[in-house]
Amino acid sequence: MTATAPHEATAYLVKGAAIGDGAATDLLIRNGVIAETGTGLSAAGATVIDAEGLVAVPGMVDLHTHLREPGREDAETVETGSRAAALGGFTAVHAMANSSPVADTAGVVEQVYTLGRKAGWTDVRPVGAVTIGLAGERLAELGAMADSRARVRVFSDDGICVHDPVLMRRALEYVKAFDGVIAQHAQEPRLTDGAQMNEGDVSAVLGMTGWPAVAEESIIARDVLLAQHVDSRLHVCHVSTAGSVEIIRWAKQRGIKVTAEVTPHHLWLTDELVRSYDPVYKVNPPLRTDEDVQALRAGLADGTIDIIGTDHAPHPSEAKECEWAQAAMGMTGLETALSVVQHTMIESGLIGWDDFARITSLMPAQIGRLQDQGQPLEAGSAANITLIDPAARWTVEPNKMATMGRNSPFAGRELPGRVVATFYQGHPTVLDGSLNTPRTAEGE
Amino acid sequence: MRHLLSTEDLCKDDAVRILDTAEEMAAVSDREVKKLPVLRGRTVVNLFFEDSTRTRISFEAAAKRLSADVINFAAKGSSVSKGESLKDTAQTLEAMGADAVVIRHWASGAPARLAASGWIDAAVVNAGDGTHEHPTQALLDAFTMRRNWARINGTASLGTDLSGMKVAIVGDVLHSRVARSNLWLLRTLGADVTMVAPPTLLPVGVAKWPCTVSYDLDETLATGPDAVMMLRLQGERMNAAFFPSTREYSRRWGFDDSRLKALDSHGLKGTIIMHPGPMNRGLEISAAAADSPRSTVLQQVRNGVSVRMAALYLLLSGETHTAPATIQEAQR
Repeated sequence: MTATAPHEATAYLVKGAAIGDGAATDLLIRNGVIAETGTGLSAAGATVIDAEGLVAVPGMVDLHTHLREPGREDAETVETGSRAAALGGFTAVHAMANSSPVADTAGVVEQVYTLGRKAGWTDVRPVGAVTIGLAGERLAELGAMADSRARVRVFSDDGICVHDPVLMRRALEYVKAFDGVIAQHAQEPRLTDGAQMNEGDVSAVLGMTGWPAVAEESIIARDVLLAQHVDSRLHVCHVSTAGSVEIIRWAKQRGIKVTAEVTPHHLWLTDELVRSYDPVYKVNPPLRTDEDVQALRAGLADGTIDIIGTDHAPHPSEAKECEWAQAAMGMTGLETALSVVQHTMIESGLIGWDDFARITSLMPAQIGRLQDQGQPLEAGSAANITLIDPAARWTVEPNKMATMGRNSPFAGRELPGRVVATFYQGHPTVLDGSLNTPRTAEGE
Repeated sequence: MRHLLSTEDLCKDDAVRILDTAEEMAAVSDREVKKLPVLRGRTVVNLFFEDSTRTRISFEAAAKRLSADVINFAAKGSSVSKGESLKDTAQTLEAMGADAVVIRHWASGAPARLAASGWIDAAVVNAGDGTHEHPTQALLDAFTMRRNWARINGTASLGTDLSGMKVAIVGDVLHSRVARSNLWLLRTLGADVTMVAPPTLLPVGVAKWPCTVSYDLDETLATGPDAVMMLRLQGERMNAAFFPSTREYSRRWGFDDSRLKALDSHGLKGTIIMHPGPMNRGLEISAAAADSPRSTVLQQVRNGVSVRMAALYLLLSGETHTAPATIQEAQR
């Protein structure tokens, strides 16, 4: 007979990691929490991890992934997606609701939540659909999902815009009852009918139906005014245009409760890549212009944009090995997020590692109301920690990734920074840059 | 030249070479036996994902006059119907030993995708992709313009470009692969281009194009264009709020009888009227204009075969031959 430990039995002593931009510190991890911090710590029986030259940040939290299960297990499963998350340094990921069946009932969100607990690589937090079947007609049972074991706080029809203004207003109002937030996929549907890429100079030459910036900006403008009117929390998914940044900056100055997210790919890639007609660059919202990229970086640095959300969207190969117009939209992102943010934001001098912790952990945990995530690395905090080697350089090879998706737009690029270890509630899911073991959940 | 995918990336030397080779091919088409043995044993596949009888038979005639074997593959599909993938189709053609694939597709970029994918080794010829490009149409238009331009200037067309020529392209520029391909090629060959269209049928981003943009056809005609190319108005545009009615479109942007007379009153004796076909008579072009001596519609069709012969010949004959010598030898 073996006893099931309520917490990770092994203690870990992380020696000499820089806490964000701060000095090198030791971290003693025991019983799922950070037991002690300081220099020259020692602990009998603890496994020592030499972290000299590494940076420690609170475990990364992704407010925006697509784990595809249930329904599209050929693209990704909760197991494979959460392995990718752990390798990417994430201790919590939100799984969007556009599965099949849609996560619009307590039953489906509990299923996803349970799959995440069983996998044990990261904290999988289901996002509930705003409307039944993502159809934009009737509200899903938001309260039932909030009260379920999955304790849903983030609701989104992501992939589809809640474009009916009355429905959006009601959703914003209703989730106040349980401190929820509506995460809007801002895309005016009529302005983007058949849209294939950003509408601009490149689409004009390529002869592709354009996805104009105004289709995003007009919805964001409407939604921040609605959020102000009913005093509700609004989160804007994957902001992609300079104009959107301006509108959100204006809204925040007025005290509107709006938060915003940007993907790593929108911080770097532009619609010039579409000239190749390679569908690996097809994504929604589309890659924009360099002017947009620079505005997004500035907005993220000054706090107008609150968080990084990967919008990790794995697809089977046949969904991308085809004509552009036939191809699915989306890119993988979990295993490249850290490196792309380091490249675009840190190495460009716009932010430091403390800011990195804010945009990848503290703020996303706060928006998602995750109590034991996004805590500062100090004694008493839950031991969700990502150890990063900022000096590492690696070349992206999609077929070596843990995600089932091979659709990384960064394939072949050399990127800086590597996740060395990920501690999820005190358990190392990743050690030495490789998957270790999943965490055994309490009482399961 | 490995593939012919667009005129945007076609250099001037290659463009002039195709047009000059097409002159040689035109001579073949004037003979009693309209056939050259240069592509004997080579296989050309016409892979059409979109109906286009005109373009297909033009390519078919071109390949057959070069003695190639021709396979027509009508893989008509739509964005909704999920049939065989482009990859599987391409690999099937590869396994059958296609030397060239002439592809017409409703999706912009499909030929470029086919050429870059590694699914197939054959030369890829873009026979029209979505609203992107239609390079052989632009080449046959340029060929037609060059002959007329040379006739007016009293020179031979061989080896020349279109420097100094003024071309107006009129109509649904937004959705026109013909307009895009013509713009790039005409610029490469030295012509000045004016796009004339309702503002709704010009792409966002047109300001960066190397052309003049006009909303007024009459003003443009008054500037004395040497060629006026009317674009076909597709039926599906007519009820999508691009313009109030087909009659209003026709009045403002159609080449009607009064505009035909205006060419005379402006003293534009040599100005030609072009149309890629099929024409909507009475809509973008009046019957009188289409049938006038200025109209080059049938010349364009005839020249299309010559230009496509030239393109197939240059793509498939490889680097080991020097084009004109081989043709002249074959003609003997």
